[in-house]
Amino acid sequence: MEDMLFYDRMQFAFTITFHYLFPQLTMGLSLIIVYFKWKFLRTNVDTYNEAAKFWMKIFALNFAMGVVTGIPMEFQFGTNWAKFSELTGGIIGQTLAMEGMFSFFLESSFLGLFIFGEKLLGHRLHFVTGFLVFLGSWASGFLIIATHSWMQHPVGYEILENGKFVLNNFGALFTNEWLWPSYLHNQAASLVTASFVVAAIGAFYILNNKHHEFGKLFVKTGVIFGLVSSVIVAFPTGDMAAKNVVKHQPVTFAAMEGLFETVDGGSEIVLIGQPNMIDKTLDNKIAVPNILSFLTYQKWDAEIKGLNEFDEDVYPSNIPGLYYAYHIMVGLGTIFIGLMLVAMVQLFRKKLYKTKWILWSLLFMLPFPYIANTTGWYTAELGRQPWLVYNLLRTSAGASPTVSAGNTLFTLLGFMGLYLLLGLLFLMLAGKIINKGPELIKH
Amino acid sequence: MELFWYIILMSMLAVYIILDGYDFGAGIIHLFFAKTEKDKKAITNAIGPFWDANEVWLIASGGILFFAFPTLYASSFSGFYLPLIMILWLLIFRAIGLELRGQIHNKMWEAVWDKAFGLASLLLALFFGIALGNVVRGVNLGMVTNGVSAHEAHYFFLPLWNPTFSPQAEHLGIIDWFTLMLGIIGVVSLTIHGANWIIFKTNSSLNSKLKNVIFKLNIVLLALIILSLLVWHIIEPQPFHNFLQYPWLWVFPIIFFIGHLGLFKIRTFKKDGTGFLFSSLFLFGGLTSTVASIFPKLLPSTNSVNPDLTIYNMAAHEYGLSVGIYWFAVAIVLVLVYFTIQYKVFKGKMDDIGYGEH
Repeated sequence: MEDMLFYDRMQFAFTITFHYLFPQLTMGLSLIIVYFKWKFLRTNVDTYNEAAKFWMKIFALNFAMGVVTGIPMEFQFGTNWAKFSELTGGIIGQTLAMEGMFSFFLESSFLGLFIFGEKLLGHRLHFVTGFLVFLGSWASGFLIIATHSWMQHPVGYEILENGKFVLNNFGALFTNEWLWPSYLHNQAASLVTASFVVAAIGAFYILNNKHHEFGKLFVKTGVIFGLVSSVIVAFPTGDMAAKNVVKHQPVTFAAMEGLFETVDGGSEIVLIGQPNMIDKTLDNKIAVPNILSFLTYQKWDAEIKGLNEFDEDVYPSNIPGLYYAYHIMVGLGTIFIGLMLVAMVQLFRKKLYKTKWILWSLLFMLPFPYIANTTGWYTAELGRQPWLVYNLLRTSAGASPTVSAGNTLFTLLGFMGLYLLLGLLFLMLAGKIINKGPELIKH
Repeated sequence: MELFWYIILMSMLAVYIILDGYDFGAGIIHLFFAKTEKDKKAITNAIGPFWDANEVWLIASGGILFFAFPTLYASSFSGFYLPLIMILWLLIFRAIGLELRGQIHNKMWEAVWDKAFGLASLLLALFFGIALGNVVRGVNLGMVTNGVSAHEAHYFFLPLWNPTFSPQAEHLGIIDWFTLMLGIIGVVSLTIHGANWIIFKTNSSLNSKLKNVIFKLNIVLLALIILSLLVWHIIEPQPFHNFLQYPWLWVFPIIFFIGHLGLFKIRTFKKDGTGFLFSSLFLFGGLTSTVASIFPKLLPSTNSVNPDLTIYNMAAHEYGLSVGIYWFAVAIVLVLVYFTIQYKVFKGKMDDIGYGEH
């Protein structure tokens, strides 16, 4: 039984982690592509159109990867989490079915037109198809996060005698207090990934002395979008999301911050340190006094409950994992703002394209928004454990009753092998597109 | 309300089978009949801009199943665990086969992805037929042995096969000679359907040959259908019970036979789209006749301890189902609009749209 749950969780964690490497880029990138196409329509400068077309190739590759790794996500609710699906399907089935009907049809119908239809449609309609693809991908994110938010903070439901959750207020799913901060936080984070990728490829071209004109455009666009989105990720959206955690999941908040004791006169903020679960202390910590109380309640001496105030059976299942995931996310987010700020200053002084260390930093920063997005999601998900539906349905009660551990181990290994192959093919093809670069048609 | 969502779900599945069915069939034709580079190009061009949107009908049907019949979704997806995960892997291989082939110009690269695309299409057609066979035949709900359920009444788990491959064994497997026969019917039907799509959407040199292939396969199919109707009696003593009780249901088998028999005239059709119309009727009639024969059951029980899963005992709660009608009505109109736009833009023959060339 324990093995079974472990493999079910591993398989979901592995497949969703791999899957989300792709949508986090495509959601943000679709906005940047629409921006390039819009600039082209306004200025009639071919560089913008070619830039849109180049990023569309990267987008199409990522989108295809997102689709093929996304279908297993929907299937796994039924295959591995049958009990969870049975009990909550009347509620999360709404949002998941809506995602299929409202966003997947939109995206898939217009992506084909966007990729093949430039000549057929003319530039204006081509822009419209791009915009619809953007709309579809953001709607998809919205409905997924609506589902996620219901699991974190269930609303609009009642529980029947047989244990089933049924909906009694459809509107509540979308006015959920948890939803909007999480959604905006996530979309801004997706834009961070896209901006850093655009900037990194631009830096690569400048440093490599190839496609110089595009290199500059990509770095400039990446830095502007990157600075704005990095700031929005932290404030106001990250701040609002964290306040939801304080309000609805105080024990999770204490674990995220590595706060074991409730301190009179205000809690310190931990920058770094290692949770020691045996002695219930934080080893080797570096902390700043009173900041956490201030950030949370805007009062220097506000009381924040530490882990010791709660029963151990409501503790998040993996406190060190949760703590590290959260701190890696916050740490990286801070570095992103710093780097983009410096790059922005150099951009204003018209020195950015010659400041080699910034260009190199932008290039090597490429993997880190992916890490920040992933650890951000780990924070949300580990923070909810040991619950599937917070405070109402435990993860151990949600797995499929008849699927044995051996079957899940077999499919988990199968997914790992298959995704390794997909990952290698993806890198090879993305490398090929980037190496070839955008083309400028000479008139 | 249950009935409404049942009809929606089955209609969406029928659309899925007609649309993605031609993709699978085109893949099978690609595997066995496309010899020259030009033929292969024509085939991938004919499905290239559509396959992704077609596959969305599967995802959306899955979503509707989850939303309207969550208990059935839970029960069947966990019970058919292994074949479903394998279907996922095949869908992945088919998609990357199609999308990656044109990325690198190298004979070996192209050969590998051609085979991945073709074989995955073939196996998917086989698996979907087998799946239908399992639904018709029913499963040991609650995993009963000696009159005692080992699990809750609506849960089960099926291994891929049992050693005897008998559909009447005490411990059933997913693949037995009955379900395999439906699998083969699936492959033959979708091959015909895919060939019709290629004739419809291309000027390929294959087309006249494909008409002969369709004619011959149609004879094979007729034999298989007669055989399967005979053995159906062994599995289910009263397969026509519903048809005797509600005679209007005969409209579905009639549609099925119009589609099927019409295809025997494939070599005389004047318009290239006519064959596709008939094979669509045939697929629609086949699916609807099958589900009508077991209605209102969704998944029959093979033991007498636990009841069949029906649309009434599997449905979600009333409020959720009613509120769903509002958003569904909006969504389906939008979907039809997208669909019309897509098929308008890519109307006519598509041999030279240059799919997958970068």
